[in-house]
Amino acid sequence: MVKEIERTGIPVVHMCTVTPISMTVGANRIVPTIAIPHPLGNPELPLDEEYALRRKLVDKALEALSTEVDDQTIFEV
Amino acid sequence: MSKFKVVHYINQFFGQVGGEEMAHIPAEKRKGPAGPGLAFTKQFKDEAEIVATIVCGDSWFNENLEVATKTVLDMVREESPDLFIAGPAFNAGRYGVACGTICDAVKTELGIPVLTGMYVENPGADMFRTKVLIISTANNAGGMRKAVPAMAKLALKLVKGERIGASVEDGYIPDGVRRNFFDKKRGSTRALEMLLKKIAGKPFETEYPMPTFDRVPPMPAIVDMTKANIAIVTSGGIVPKGNPDRIESSSASKYGSYNIEGVDDLTSETFETAHGGHDPVYANEDADRVIPVDVLRQYEKEGKIGKLHDWFYSTTGNGTAVASAKKYAAEIAEKLHSYEVDAVILTST
Repeated sequence: MVKEIERTGIPVVHMCTVTPISMTVGANRIVPTIAIPHPLGNPELPLDEEYALRRKLVDKALEALSTEVDDQTIFEV
Repeated sequence: MSKFKVVHYINQFFGQVGGEEMAHIPAEKRKGPAGPGLAFTKQFKDEAEIVATIVCGDSWFNENLEVATKTVLDMVREESPDLFIAGPAFNAGRYGVACGTICDAVKTELGIPVLTGMYVENPGADMFRTKVLIISTANNAGGMRKAVPAMAKLALKLVKGERIGASVEDGYIPDGVRRNFFDKKRGSTRALEMLLKKIAGKPFETEYPMPTFDRVPPMPAIVDMTKANIAIVTSGGIVPKGNPDRIESSSASKYGSYNIEGVDDLTSETFETAHGGHDPVYANEDADRVIPVDVLRQYEKEGKIGKLHDWFYSTTGNGTAVASAKKYAAEIAEKLHSYEVDAVILTST
């Protein structure tokens, strides 16, 4: 899906936990996330800390979308 | 003659520990065969035996790739087996990646033959088919009865050091290595037969498939994020509570478009996940853990982004055919363009 949307001219950042799969399917901008069932959260944290964590991940995604890349790139958080 | 010693790797489901709610369990080793191992044992007759079975949660393996690989590798090493088998994983993505990863590690580190099995669209197949032999299986466990004999047969060949046939003969996913054999018909005959089939519009199989390099060049970056219209797409199956479009929990036949105009926060009362490929508890408690509507809405208010697109698009990614995903994405892309969306955050579970 990442590739098919990007093909039409819209940049896509893929946020996922198993980044090797993302590399295989051909995502160009990749942000690694927390865990498979809760990529953008961590239920073990108190709510405010979990929200801060999610902000950090989204910040990284926005940074990825604002960064020119020539090739598949993983943006480590 | 003593039997060849085999170690078998399976996931928590086939190890009968439990379903998705148990996908977090670390690897454990049991004596003898378990689950599909019993079927392998029958096929091996008195030539080989499964001395140990390693059962491991799919999520645990994938979320801790390095530690998990080392842990399982050590467990295999302790048994000093002659052969290592993983799966079959069918179309279970995390399971396939785990099988491929551990087979590759065992082959490299312990130098013994390894074999796994999966459906050709399993992401693990593309990742590992040039590294380890993967028997081509059906896309679900209903294909076990066919997969086990094919795997057992090739496994015995491998452990005995016998010659491996071409992928069409031995039923594995092409690994990029050419294996020569004498065909009963000569080349010109086969070529003419193929040509006649082609002219007649009948299906035929090329002997030399062209490689496909399906890569999309990266699109230019967003220059001014404060003016950008950002959309959310997910394969994590987030839907309004009650799943109004009845998106399937796996092998989705559709995607949904859901309006989030004026929604500041996703709650357990309003949204949930339809995804059946992982434990849904966390997403059901707070769907923002899968699609960050709360943060993006806040950023829209702060002016960090221009706009959060009024709709999000969702399907379930587990077991969904590549062809379906392509079709949904093409339709979603059309909608995104009609709303002048500038960039997409796509989340996967």
